[in-house]
Amino acid sequence: MAAPKRPPLPVILLANDLLDGDVVFHTGRGWSRDPADAAVARDDAAAAALEAVAEAEMAANRVIDAYVVDVELAADGRPVPRHYRERFKTLGPSHRPDLGKQAEFARK
Amino acid sequence: MYRYDEFDERFVRERVAQFRDQVARRLEGALTEEEFRPLRLKNGLYLQLHAYMLRIAIPYGTLSSRQMRQLAMIADRWDRGYGHFTTRQNIQFNWPKLRDVPDILDALADVEMHCIQTSGNCIRNVTADHFAGVAADEVEDPRPTAELIRQWSSLHPEFVWLPRKFKIAVTGAAHDRAAIRVHDIGLRILRHPETREIGYEVIVGGGLGRTPMIGKVIRDFLPKEELLAYLEAIMRVYNLEGRRDNKFKARVKILVHEIGTEEFIRRVEEEYARLDGPSINADPEEVARIAAYFAPPPYETLPVRSHQLSVQRGLDPAFARWVDTNTFPHRVAGYAAVTISLKPVGRAPGDITSDQMRVVADLADRYSFGEIRATHSQNLVLAHVRQDDLHGLWQALGEADLASANVGLVTDIIACPGLDYCALATARSIPIAQAISRRFQDPARQREIGPLQIKISGCINACGHHHVGHIGILGLEKKGIENYQITLGGDATETAALGERLGPGIDADQVPDAIERIVGVYLRERTEGEEFIATVRRIGLEPFKRAFEAQGAGELADAAA
Repeated sequence: MAAPKRPPLPVILLANDLLDGDVVFHTGRGWSRDPADAAVARDDAAAAALEAVAEAEMAANRVIDAYVVDVELAADGRPVPRHYRERFKTLGPSHRPDLGKQAEFARK
Repeated sequence: MYRYDEFDERFVRERVAQFRDQVARRLEGALTEEEFRPLRLKNGLYLQLHAYMLRIAIPYGTLSSRQMRQLAMIADRWDRGYGHFTTRQNIQFNWPKLRDVPDILDALADVEMHCIQTSGNCIRNVTADHFAGVAADEVEDPRPTAELIRQWSSLHPEFVWLPRKFKIAVTGAAHDRAAIRVHDIGLRILRHPETREIGYEVIVGGGLGRTPMIGKVIRDFLPKEELLAYLEAIMRVYNLEGRRDNKFKARVKILVHEIGTEEFIRRVEEEYARLDGPSINADPEEVARIAAYFAPPPYETLPVRSHQLSVQRGLDPAFARWVDTNTFPHRVAGYAAVTISLKPVGRAPGDITSDQMRVVADLADRYSFGEIRATHSQNLVLAHVRQDDLHGLWQALGEADLASANVGLVTDIIACPGLDYCALATARSIPIAQAISRRFQDPARQREIGPLQIKISGCINACGHHHVGHIGILGLEKKGIENYQITLGGDATETAALGERLGPGIDADQVPDAIERIVGVYLRERTEGEEFIATVRRIGLEPFKRAFEAQGAGELADAAA
């Protein structure tokens, strides 16, 4: 059987909360709305575990559109998606810095 | 304006109750996302990048001040204090929570609004000329026709699961402001050349998106009373033969293209001959009942030209400029139709705050019989303003940052939400619009350039109508970077044309320079009084292509210097 398609490592798991629609990140124990809390999977086993979480959490109707995303690690260790589309999901609308996670979780 | 009767009211309320139950079942887990998705889409609820998005129907773009105030209330109570007017004359909220949507739908029903058929594979909200009922070049107000189609198509049992979405636009005027040639069905109300009887020119198979096409005329003249039966014949041919096997080939434009216009007409006429027309066509009494809702408001008898307006124009050049760009001749003496620009320099096209919504509602009550229209260019219209009142209106709009004097000019840009919101987008649109509007912000320069439509889409689905922009911009992804293709020569009016690509895609930061070069060629080449699109038609693409290509070469030279 062909291996499931997975982006290059390291990866994080993100989704939208079913009730609120807000983008959420899996912390390894549950979901957080803060992208800095995302658990980073650095090897295949950890990535596969996140994918299993995605399936289970969608089946449990807690989140929708859950998938793993490849990231780079910033100087402070925070994961930053490599693709601009998912980067926007961790930030919010680029023309409205007052909205979305960039406003809510602004770092000093 | 049309008012709900008891059937409309019950239908919308029942639908809200139904959706409330569907949401409850989804939250309990009784419905999976796969089961729920088509249900939420049929109620205008999408999942976008950052949140859900709710698309609210504004039938043929007409709404009352009361409805506008309710939209402001919804924006404040359940969203983030603003909304976005779309190219289909609808409004979208970008941050609703699923748990709140049934309450939002109830609040909409309180003011005779809903989200039904703003998404999904059905006949979508019918659009119309935003100057309906007031344009001097109009044969007949298109709104009663649009309303009739809305009622006929709402939950039509045969057409709720079409091969793909289906968009209808209606105009009653010779000059097409409703882009009818790029809709699945476009209707133009006209008089029969000999009998002078009123009827429709029927155009089918236009559309933008992945495979843009200009619609084909399939009936030069359809008697007015035969409309619904004929539409039903078209829909049946499409419903039966449209490609359900391939999403990208499922629109009616592909069917018309693949079998040819003649064959499509033959099949429609064959079906039409078989239909029991009288059982389908609307009862003339019902047509008259609907039309009565669109009777002209109680205009005053006024002189053709307002003395007050001439004096105020003379005293205030900024006001005079706004009158020149943002008012449209009204068929009634002493009145004007006013376009409120939602394109202030550097802002997201079509966005409006809840405070601005309330200002517009108040001004509509004060100056325009409480009626507001949304345009497909993402602006608003107050259609019946006394010329004497224009100065007062302009001042009040200015206080709310709503008096940009740029309608139809280079900064009056159409842009879809793009990758700042949309899950389907491949690149951002709004920042491109912002950068262009900042580059061309000088009002004198905008007026010197004259009418020029820039339309931006953030993916090939073309919600930003880029194919029919005089200058079209399409955002794509190239090797992990946003990349923009520039097209030239598109036209959404009765002389509809699809733009052609100028060259290879460019980076986001190169777009304003590219527009600058295109405009430069136009300013150099134009003859006295010749508008941008006319110059493009006369001289062709080559001079523009050369300037576009020179941009890339110039940048290399700069780097080497």
